[in-house]
Amino acid sequence: MANFYTDNEAIRFHLGHPLMKKIVALKERDFRDAGKHDIAPRDFEDAMDNYDKILEIIGEICGDVLAENAEEVDATGPRVVDGRVEYAPGTRQNHEVLTQAGLYNMSLPREFDGLNFPIVPYVMAAELVSRADAGFGNIWGLQDCAETIHEFANDDQKRRYLPRGAKGETYAMDLTEPDAGSDLQAVQLKASLKEGRWVLNGVKRFITNGDAHVALVLARSEEGTQDGRGLSMFIYDRANGGMTVRRIENKLGIKGSPTCELVFKDAPAELCGERKLGLIKYVMSLMNGARLGVGAQAVGIAEAAYREGLKYARERSQFGKAIIEFPAVYEMLSNMEAKLHGVRSLLYETSRFVDIYKAYTHIAAERPLDKEEKEEQRRYQKLADVYTPLQKLFASEYANEITYDALQIHGGSGYMKDYPIQRLARDARITNIYEGTSQLQVVAAIRGVTTGQYLKQIREVYETAPARPEQEYLRDTLKEMTAAYERAVSLATAPGDPELVDFHARRLVEMAGYAIIGYLLLQDAQRHEGYSRSAAIFVQHAHSRATAHAAFITHFQPKDLGAYKKA
Amino acid sequence: MKADGTVNRAALPAIFNPEDLNALEQALRLKASRPGSTVHVLTMGPGRAAEIIREAMYRGADGGYLLSDRAFAGSDTLATSYALSRALANISSDLIICGRQAIDGDTAQVGPQVAEKLGWPQVTYAEEIRVAGEGVLRVRRRLERGAEEVECPLPAVVTVNGSAAACRPRNARLVMKYKHARAAQEAQDASEDYFAMVNERPYLKLTEWNVNDIRCEASELGLSGSPTKVKAIENVVFQAKESRRLSGTDVELDALMKELIANHTIG
Repeated sequence: MANFYTDNEAIRFHLGHPLMKKIVALKERDFRDAGKHDIAPRDFEDAMDNYDKILEIIGEICGDVLAENAEEVDATGPRVVDGRVEYAPGTRQNHEVLTQAGLYNMSLPREFDGLNFPIVPYVMAAELVSRADAGFGNIWGLQDCAETIHEFANDDQKRRYLPRGAKGETYAMDLTEPDAGSDLQAVQLKASLKEGRWVLNGVKRFITNGDAHVALVLARSEEGTQDGRGLSMFIYDRANGGMTVRRIENKLGIKGSPTCELVFKDAPAELCGERKLGLIKYVMSLMNGARLGVGAQAVGIAEAAYREGLKYARERSQFGKAIIEFPAVYEMLSNMEAKLHGVRSLLYETSRFVDIYKAYTHIAAERPLDKEEKEEQRRYQKLADVYTPLQKLFASEYANEITYDALQIHGGSGYMKDYPIQRLARDARITNIYEGTSQLQVVAAIRGVTTGQYLKQIREVYETAPARPEQEYLRDTLKEMTAAYERAVSLATAPGDPELVDFHARRLVEMAGYAIIGYLLLQDAQRHEGYSRSAAIFVQHAHSRATAHAAFITHFQPKDLGAYKKA
Repeated sequence: MKADGTVNRAALPAIFNPEDLNALEQALRLKASRPGSTVHVLTMGPGRAAEIIREAMYRGADGGYLLSDRAFAGSDTLATSYALSRALANISSDLIICGRQAIDGDTAQVGPQVAEKLGWPQVTYAEEIRVAGEGVLRVRRRLERGAEEVECPLPAVVTVNGSAAACRPRNARLVMKYKHARAAQEAQDASEDYFAMVNERPYLKLTEWNVNDIRCEASELGLSGSPTKVKAIENVVFQAKESRRLSGTDVELDALMKELIANHTIG
């Protein structure tokens, strides 16, 4: 009888962020549907009450159903029978209960049987689901695909496909192939016109929930092309046949989520959006959503792992006392908690940026935006673009650090398969690999460094926010970290060698992230005293790491680069 | 608990009795298999008990009735089943499904007594209810060692056992649709805005009946209609038994191993 929403006040805390007022008003178009639609909120309070109530349902299902099934799902996993995927029994039950509870199509408009929820509560739901079963979080989270269909497909396709998600149909995004992983420009799956209809031929690999009812498939529609401009996006409906599952991968973790190799043979499909924009526009949008989803997944796993570590440290007694009383253990736990609070804060900050710019994008389809609105849309889109990879990087890396430490706290027992922590550690390991490795998140996030976006946000927004007098010292440290970051950026960029910037990119992005997360926690501490500890601990930790990076960059000579090169 | 041994309901939150949820699930399954049928819940209690009706509507019930009056205070199972059966006389229905028992008194008497008062056949300890033909139910009953299937003509009263299928979750859309539904007592202090909304959406008005809305004998209600007299209340503390018997299934052994590892008896 656990409820993952009500037992974790952090979620409600972030839901209560002051910017929600603006987000909800935009998403609900100033509550124009109130009175017209029986589930439309009447005002801000009514909408927030809806989010609260629905998150409570999700929290209950996560605690009572998903988490209860997680161990069995991890042990059993899905299998392939006659070219089709069969979920583990627990996975089937999870999906069925969430469908009955109406918890798919969460962010879609009501006209497509959606709940019209903003991204913030949707991402919160993703965090809760992942805390219970990260692997299942993928099957549930692939409802993101509907968001892409909603944004780019034509009206007829939207009407035909979108309501299906609410009826229990699942999605997949079929992007990667044996020779096209991080480099999606190399996709070869062929789309050709046969008697006026598109058909797909080829192989996809590493496809999460590959046997879904509806898939978005990236395929080469322009014969003779080799790069990303020859790729288009297609909607594939499994009911039309032509696709079989050749095998599913035997993974280290997220076992509940089937990772499939798919064979398409003259599989009928529909073009989604315009030809040639598949990779350069639609996949980028799809990936941004997925990266937010992985961030939420990582935070969910980290929450679960932190709780396991804390529980064990309190229960386990050695040398006559609970091990939590030893500095080596309590320091680990406090750092874990500070990192967890930090990445959660970054996750919801990013979600808010995405919410605002997305809402404007949809409003722009209904009426022209005025100058001020356009300005805001641009501003938040830019922020979302640089914050999305930053949060994915930090959340996934911290999830790994937190599960690593939580397992360490378990000692020998942690290495055995008797405790949930071993599953969480295995599950966390994928989060900094898929939807773009951490190295690729850095490639995306470095733009925030070189364009000065992060610095601008820090200086103009975070640095000027009020803080309690006794916490001013934290702001001083963060200011010092920001100055060090600025110096490091100019040192790395001054020689004008792009390879040197690439070489230092991760250090630079992390330095930006340390300051940003530190400021976010300081802000949280203003709204809730409870975050003061995490703010202080995180800033202390981040300051030491940032100082190390700064020292590395300061003492690095461009000629040193040669020594690192490998062939 | 009050000094007279009756339950102080004012001090308790309104909660769904677990087996009533099993009963609701059976009703909702029957509704899904019989297009055109409807499910309504009837509950007796203070104004707060309207929450039970809303909770049922969040899961798919079409509506409900709150039976609420000070005259019902102190009712034992006999007086409760009398009041319920009088309210049921106002409602046209052919199947009454209720939980086997509530978690307060643990008597399992109300369902059978309602059936007696209505003069309807009853099936107790049900796990699964199906329609076997026009006007005939087929019910699987849980017995001490096994199960049996019985048939029963409609109208009937069926009490559902906790071993029946768990109730479906609350549905997000239904929660948003019905969360403003109120019974008369709850709506007493509501704003004009609220009544304007209810006017537009009549489904937000829950039916509430008091003693004047049902045809009944006042002497059979509440304390005066309750022959049960509580002599004394004692707290019983269950002592841990020294031995535990396992049947030897893998699941049980697995659970035992985990328990022993967790408390460091072994490992």
